[in-house]
Amino acid sequence: MMIDHPVLGPRDVREFTVLGDASLIDRPDPTSPDAAKLFHDYVHLRDNPAGIKRELWFHEGGDRSWLVVTRDTLSHRVLSVALARDVARRNRETQA
Amino acid sequence: MAQTDASSATGALTSKEHVGDHMRYSAWEIFKQGLTGNKSWPRMWRDPEPKSGYDIVIVGGGGHGLSTAHHLAHRHGLTNVAVVEKGWIGGGNVGRNTTMIRSNYLLAGNQPFYELSLQLWENLEQEINYNAMVSQRGILNLAHTDAQRDAYIRRGNSMRLSGAGGEWWDRKQIAKHLPMIDLDTSRFPVIGGLWQPRAGTVRHDAVAWGYARSADSAGVDILQNTEVTGFIIEGGKCCGVMTSKGPIRAEKVAVCVAGSSSRVMNMADIRLPIESHALQAFVTEGVKPFLPCIVTYGTGHFYICQSDKGGLVFGGDIEAFSTYAQRGDLSTAEHVMEVGLAMMPALARARVLRNWGGLVDMSMDGSPIIDRTEMEGLYFNGGWCYGGFKATPASGYCYAHLLATDTSHDVASAMTLDRFATGAVIDENGRGATPNLH
Repeated sequence: MMIDHPVLGPRDVREFTVLGDASLIDRPDPTSPDAAKLFHDYVHLRDNPAGIKRELWFHEGGDRSWLVVTRDTLSHRVLSVALARDVARRNRETQA
Repeated sequence: MAQTDASSATGALTSKEHVGDHMRYSAWEIFKQGLTGNKSWPRMWRDPEPKSGYDIVIVGGGGHGLSTAHHLAHRHGLTNVAVVEKGWIGGGNVGRNTTMIRSNYLLAGNQPFYELSLQLWENLEQEINYNAMVSQRGILNLAHTDAQRDAYIRRGNSMRLSGAGGEWWDRKQIAKHLPMIDLDTSRFPVIGGLWQPRAGTVRHDAVAWGYARSADSAGVDILQNTEVTGFIIEGGKCCGVMTSKGPIRAEKVAVCVAGSSSRVMNMADIRLPIESHALQAFVTEGVKPFLPCIVTYGTGHFYICQSDKGGLVFGGDIEAFSTYAQRGDLSTAEHVMEVGLAMMPALARARVLRNWGGLVDMSMDGSPIIDRTEMEGLYFNGGWCYGGFKATPASGYCYAHLLATDTSHDVASAMTLDRFATGAVIDENGRGATPNLH
């Protein structure tokens, strides 16, 4: 599998480690009254879709950037790759 | 730690009248059929049309679903049961694993369950009247560091407490039994190993066929090529399933589709503490008897045994990324081979005949789930990670117990769905909610 790094171009999957679903970027608010439930959902529950999925990947053997990789879990096809910090910034702007 | 009550678990089955042209297999039958050209062996199970309703519908005709049906019919007398299977019997994970059975776990939430499973394996062929080629050839877990030795000895003690047996082997014993293992020159020299002589291998597709035949003989309908497309939910209660062959109503719906659990439970709007990953397996061309038992490598993740046909069957890490494709990535295949060669350099001369992948439900603590769900009438069995095959008999035994009595069996009582919310997780490796690392 190849991952098309937005800065470095196509790189082999061996250079990366994967953390899991990209929703892990959006940590729940620890001061919210139902924080315990929100954190349980955040830590343990997964959508685990068969099809298009967004995931957090770490370029450990490269520039050590965090990426959001959009992938098809039925075919292993990589559809798009973005820097996770750009995605996180966009998320904050849409929430604000 | 509770002792497993083997006498009640492996005791006599409820006798049930057989339906259809069911035949009892025996040496005499093989002789008789051989003389008459093997022309009158009956079909092993019927191919019925679905009824409009059942007491219990089991979703998923894999090893665990069929084992559940067998135990419902023969231990609880419940035969108004259907097993609904999207594909065909033996086509999923039950036919894709590396066929190993063992009961060498550490924690009280797991070990008595797996020991019950091993005891059920020991009695399986008599129980279902089917040759599953259960072969107790033993498993050796190699240790490479002092810390690993201490952890294995602790695990061995836990195994002995559960009645599973187990002993520590020093280097001399390993060299005597397994001269092909590189004890000294590899990157991680071997200092000893944990040996469980009762572990072994089983012909995996025979397990699926044998359980299917046994359940069918008691009247369970096995509905192949019938895909579940949704649940019938009325007033918050699950009352059956929608299928590609029409609706089927049921008092209880028992989901048992490890590998695809999230896909199926999503149809009931239930999110699970599970990610789907692929596990690859490999087999070499057949060679003369070489490896007398199962061996696992302690520092890298690698396990190997030799099949009765002579092929070396091995595997290692799961894919780190989640997937529903029944295949893995070349990078993982290479990694598995590298670890294997470090342990057993002679493997370099073996040629890999084929490799394949299966889907595994990786749970957030590496342990399975057998429990009710928050929806009345809907039950869940899944999260078997890469260790579901060895659990097949006890999984069906305990799931049938739950479905028949609405209480968890003692040895499966820790395998709850809500343990992640309560904190009572069963984390053998102590790795936390990292499904790709368990």
